[in-house]
Amino acid sequence: MREKLSAIYENLGLPRLIIITFFVVLLVAAVPLGLNVAGLLGDAVRRWAMYGVLVLAMVPGIESGINLNFGVSIGIVAGLLGSTIAIEMGMSNPWGSLAAAMLFGALVATPLGIGYGFLLNRVKGSEMTVSTYVGFSIVAFMNLVWLSLPFSSGTLIWPLGGKGLRNTISLSDSFGGVLNNFLSVTIGDPVNGAFIPTGLILFFMLMCVLLWLFMRSRTGVAMSAAGANPMFARASGIEVDRMRILGTTISTVLGAIGIITYSQSYGFLQLYNAPLMMGFHCVAAVLIGGATVKRARISHAIIGTFLFQGILAVALPVANKLLPGTNLADVMRIIISNGIILYALSKTKEGN
Amino acid sequence: MGSRYVLEMSNISKEYYGNRVLKNVNLQVKPGEIHALVGENGAGKSTLMNILFGMPVIHATGGYEGEIKIDGQPAMIDGPHKAMDYGIGMVHQEFMLIPGFTVTENIKVGREISNPTFLSKIFGPDLEVLDVEKMRKDARAALDTIGLNIEEYVRVAGLPIGYLQFIEIAREIDKTGSKLLVFDEPTAVLTESEADHLLEIMRLIARRGIAIVFITHRLDEVMAVSDRLTILRDGEVVATLNSKDTTVERVAELMIGRKIEKLIEIPSDHRTLSDSDIALSIRDFYVEMPGESVNGLSLDVRNGEIFGIGGLAGQGKLGIPNGIMGLYKSTGTVEVFGKILDLTKLGEALRSGIAFVSEDRRGVGLLLDESIEFNIAFSAMQIKGDFLIKLGPITLFDWKKAREHALEMISVLDIRCTGPKQAVGSLSGGNQQKVCLARALTMRPDLLIVSEPTRGIDIGAKRLVLEHLLKLNREEGLTIVMVSSELVELRSLCDRIAIVSGGKVAAILEPDAPDAEFGLAMAGLKKEGANIA
Repeated sequence: MREKLSAIYENLGLPRLIIITFFVVLLVAAVPLGLNVAGLLGDAVRRWAMYGVLVLAMVPGIESGINLNFGVSIGIVAGLLGSTIAIEMGMSNPWGSLAAAMLFGALVATPLGIGYGFLLNRVKGSEMTVSTYVGFSIVAFMNLVWLSLPFSSGTLIWPLGGKGLRNTISLSDSFGGVLNNFLSVTIGDPVNGAFIPTGLILFFMLMCVLLWLFMRSRTGVAMSAAGANPMFARASGIEVDRMRILGTTISTVLGAIGIITYSQSYGFLQLYNAPLMMGFHCVAAVLIGGATVKRARISHAIIGTFLFQGILAVALPVANKLLPGTNLADVMRIIISNGIILYALSKTKEGN
Repeated sequence: MGSRYVLEMSNISKEYYGNRVLKNVNLQVKPGEIHALVGENGAGKSTLMNILFGMPVIHATGGYEGEIKIDGQPAMIDGPHKAMDYGIGMVHQEFMLIPGFTVTENIKVGREISNPTFLSKIFGPDLEVLDVEKMRKDARAALDTIGLNIEEYVRVAGLPIGYLQFIEIAREIDKTGSKLLVFDEPTAVLTESEADHLLEIMRLIARRGIAIVFITHRLDEVMAVSDRLTILRDGEVVATLNSKDTTVERVAELMIGRKIEKLIEIPSDHRTLSDSDIALSIRDFYVEMPGESVNGLSLDVRNGEIFGIGGLAGQGKLGIPNGIMGLYKSTGTVEVFGKILDLTKLGEALRSGIAFVSEDRRGVGLLLDESIEFNIAFSAMQIKGDFLIKLGPITLFDWKKAREHALEMISVLDIRCTGPKQAVGSLSGGNQQKVCLARALTMRPDLLIVSEPTRGIDIGAKRLVLEHLLKLNREEGLTIVMVSSELVELRSLCDRIAIVSGGKVAAILEPDAPDAEFGLAMAGLKKEGANIA
């Protein structure tokens, strides 16, 4: 029993243990406060699947050796651009609209990811610093693009000015909620019970399986080796730089698909500065799940997203009950997400 | 100064983790003499000097036994600063100069001449002002002494490499009270004329009464400049000789020494080797591997033979396999079984039937966090497409097949482990080496290149690895190129041994060639009539 416990502890590590404890404490605290625990849990599950693909995008990046891809915002803006194109086309079928958004998103993300990969190959050793600023820059650049895109769909453009895209674009006429509502069930009370977005979860799982299959293919294994030990990979005839570009591109494409999954669940596209800090949330989530800047597994993304988003979903109402009128929950979230990034970076060895 | 010797080191012994690297070494240096310290890599030269300078690595590993006397007085040297106080200086092999500083500043760093100001009277001598004029004068004097025609106010950054060495020396000369200077391989990076100049300066310094300990493997320089020489081999002093009473051949022979231990039994030989049946042919080969560059090397390896490549560290023997495998930029012609390799394409050598076991086991050879089975199967999967399973349009890594193969390799090579799933990082050095070998063999190569196959592994594993290599060669006709710093190992296994010096083949020798020939080849001296490729 003792060994089993210590083995579990070894596997989890102290930070995860603290976060799990925190999560459980929050859940327990929710009961005497009279909060709807089933609803909170349902919310946690929904947010988990909603953010899952975005966090999954971290895995190929880390495995290919570019460390934490703070620049996943590139994929995010590509996904947003793909979505706006799909809306502009005015497809009425929500599934068709979703597929079009993902297709265009991936098409935009691929060349961007390749270019970004070339850039990261030139800055080996300081990828994370560079990717952070690339992420910020692309968001700023896209602010200009959003303002000047020649779209005419009424849901996209400012209602008065007639030129430039809105801050927040409703997806109710296109693919909003299409995955969430697919085969969805509500456990318990129809109003206050836990809403399970089956389609969303299935899609997240499908993405996990696809990535898992890739990571076990010849190329995936080679990519992993290139990230783990570039000299070893070279000695086996693997072009490390190409593998890094591949990993970066997959990460970027997953970022695009991730933001579309997120948006359809949220019901709105958020343009302009909304994607600015999203990279940090993804990074924090995968690290909470147990990844390091050098190694990440798909399970890390799954577990990490659940813990990170679960805490947000539960902590906000609990904190509001405890200290009404404060934004303590948001402060907690910032402390957790930045603290865990700091913790992971302090664990990096050999200065790279 | 009642003593005949400026430095006496008596009965010095040193152990690193139970491994005795120095055994009762005695070294005596007279004032004003140039005393050469020669020996192969790992003979104990650096350890002896580390003891003399009280380097922290010595004290961190349990200190040393024996006694050091300076000017006849017992000396306790427990740090490099103490050595400096005793008047012992070192001219480093890697230049310890600050690029952004001027020549003067570099010569005077740490010993600046300064004048007090009112600030320093309040806050202490750290705030005194530098007396630049005086420092320049001193630096100029030191530079003039060694005949270095360079302005003392230029920055060190960008100066030719030969100058840096001389600035180092100027710094040591400028120190007052220097009694003994250690020159550690000072000519390694110099051109021939610069090296001659350096030897001239060494004589000049010695004439001023400063003793010099000269560490080098260039035996011709030793003979040219030294008064006496001490030869180290395997941590023991083999001989201390007067330079004019001996010959280069004699020194080379003593340096190598016939080692009686026979590493392995050689089975009967049924092979037929022919000069017309060539497995690997290298022509005009250049490799840009830092510290191990190859400069226009040519050699031929016959089909079915075990070909050894030896030589001192830094002479380029490691550059050869790494260049062939495409790990470092290389030019020239490499022909494998009649096929010319495209050296710009990574993995070309692997696809042409060459497998490689790297000298850097932990850095290049293994994925330390991954399992034994994965490490063994990896290259064969990437290059030959083995260990893959097809599921419709997708191909996946076949763990089951990899495991079966790993189990087989574990028993064939006697890899001591808890199972094929154990991470290789937790294996001992010898077992890690066997995993590397297993991965290379899984490629079913026509030519196997092993680099330092026994570095850092225990004697049992060493024997097993060597025996297995021999068995592969004799029973399966595998051509093997073995690169090693251990001459004993090469001589007990190989059919022919190329000694590499200065990035070129100095000589190709039979394993039973006289020790002197090996010694001379390693020192880069070509002997008349030697078999030179």
